[in-house]
Amino acid sequence: MADSKVGSGGVDPAPAADRPSRRSFLRHAGVAAAAAAAGGTTTAAQTARQLGATPREHGERSPHVGSKRWSRAPDATASSSNSPLADSVGIVTPSDLHFERHHTGVPEIDPAEHRLLIHGLVERPLVFTMDDLVRLPAVSRFHFVECSGNSAAEWRPPGRPNVQMSHGLVSCSEWTGVLLSDLLDEVGVQSRASWIVAEGADAGRMSRSVPLQRARDDVILAYGQNGEAVRPEQGYPLRLLVPGCEGSLNVKWLRGIEVASLPAMARDETSKYTDLLPDGRARQFTLVMDAKSVITDPSGEQKLNAPGFHEIRGLAWSGRGRIDRVEVSTDGGGRWVDAELQEPRLPKAFTRFRLPWRWQGAEHVVMSRATDETGYVQPTLAALIEARGMSTIYHHNAIKPWQVHASGEVTNVEV
Amino acid sequence: MSRCSATCRLGRAAVALLVAMLAATAIAAQERRFDVGHAPTSEEFGAWSGSAFPDGTGLPPGQGTAREGAALYREACFVCHGHNARGDQAAALVGGRDTLTESRPKRTVESYWPYATTLWDYTKRSMPYEEPGSLTDDQVYAVVAYVLNLAGLVEEDEIVDADSLPQIRMPNRDGFIPDSRPDTR
Repeated sequence: MADSKVGSGGVDPAPAADRPSRRSFLRHAGVAAAAAAAGGTTTAAQTARQLGATPREHGERSPHVGSKRWSRAPDATASSSNSPLADSVGIVTPSDLHFERHHTGVPEIDPAEHRLLIHGLVERPLVFTMDDLVRLPAVSRFHFVECSGNSAAEWRPPGRPNVQMSHGLVSCSEWTGVLLSDLLDEVGVQSRASWIVAEGADAGRMSRSVPLQRARDDVILAYGQNGEAVRPEQGYPLRLLVPGCEGSLNVKWLRGIEVASLPAMARDETSKYTDLLPDGRARQFTLVMDAKSVITDPSGEQKLNAPGFHEIRGLAWSGRGRIDRVEVSTDGGGRWVDAELQEPRLPKAFTRFRLPWRWQGAEHVVMSRATDETGYVQPTLAALIEARGMSTIYHHNAIKPWQVHASGEVTNVEV
Repeated sequence: MSRCSATCRLGRAAVALLVAMLAATAIAAQERRFDVGHAPTSEEFGAWSGSAFPDGTGLPPGQGTAREGAALYREACFVCHGHNARGDQAAALVGGRDTLTESRPKRTVESYWPYATTLWDYTKRSMPYEEPGSLTDDQVYAVVAYVLNLAGLVEEDEIVDADSLPQIRMPNRDGFIPDSRPDTR
């Protein structure tokens, strides 16, 4: 064995004057490295230890972690980016890796200047500053947000090559803010009101209508995300959070709520985000995101480096409540086995599932199937197409197969 | 019954007033639990346009015709939406009627949008893409009239305003149905 004392010189707790200088410490380190090179037996753990970085105002990811968002059009026309789902562990998406979707860019807003107006069919229209809103009773809840165009490329094979590109327009955060119902009580909603129209402070003043009954339920005006202020890409300083509903309903940079007797029939609830069916009619206000799951390990572009033990892992979520069950098949849907669900299983939030697996080096098609607390079972792509045809790009929540090749490589596949 | 002195009457009045004040406080407390936020000033209120609804609510005064809108279209819209609004870098706004059952349906304002008010609302709040909100209300009426004229829905010199716009019946007005999911076993 190499001399381990060489490496410990740098942390000798001697008085400062007697301590070896940093330069001499580095020389010692050099000796250790030379010894390692000569002997060829020294491991990394046995080489000189170096003092680490001192405290910083805020941290960074390890330089060894390369997680980043992916954008389909990485230029000025880009309007979305996907979260690296296969890099995630647990159920929370790091805020700086939360997927993005915006229609006219991310505005920079001074919270001191920001105002929320609630008006329309109310007893007294009111303007709220951010300070006003933060004073009010707060709630913190874990919820996913999913763009209803997530997995749109999977309607037609071959789809996208990896899970970030195929499923990455979904993320899960702990959101903190004010219940919209509290604010609606504060302004006094008139009896003939049945909708609210939310408007953003982005350049295009994005707007969406939400049924009043839903708005009074569990909708949050969120200013917090994962223990800090909402990120600019997620709506800083204030966003609407309609748990379980399609992403575009969760209006970001929220500046106005108009209480109305009918929906605005905004562009993004008529021209877009409606589901054209084969008979030429289109479903409108398909707000809830149905139950969905996807295996993130193993998934497209990954490689199983050796036969033996592997844990199949993935994420499941439902806009209608809790995930009750996730089944996994490793033979293309012939036989299904229940995966273990990580607790806590929260309503309208990510649920992590896991299944131990011993891979013998054969070809497999792996896939997962979620069931939520309403009994809804995630459909196959064939069942979705049978029900809706292929004219819509939204609400793709089909079972996602991945092909594991004998080489260990994993690719996108439809079965 | 008994006679009441002036002092007594005053006392009764004070009690009645107190009761009324308490009741008022109780109602106020019921109406406003938190008493935060402030009534918008007319200046603040003016800054919030709200939405233009299908029944015409929210449409401002002003008007325009397709003839007036043609020049504006060339200036502000043509570069993205192309000649005769048939589409270029951005979506086609006209055409595509009777294609919604085809395998490649053409969804345009003409073929798909259920309400003309939506075109006004979206143009006012979000267009032109590079300078959203830069058009005056009259300009929005005019350019909306121009697109609706290309779609064969208004005449070239027909005045489009807050009264007439909600009356325009879009071809796909009845094409939308409520959410009928779950739709798979």
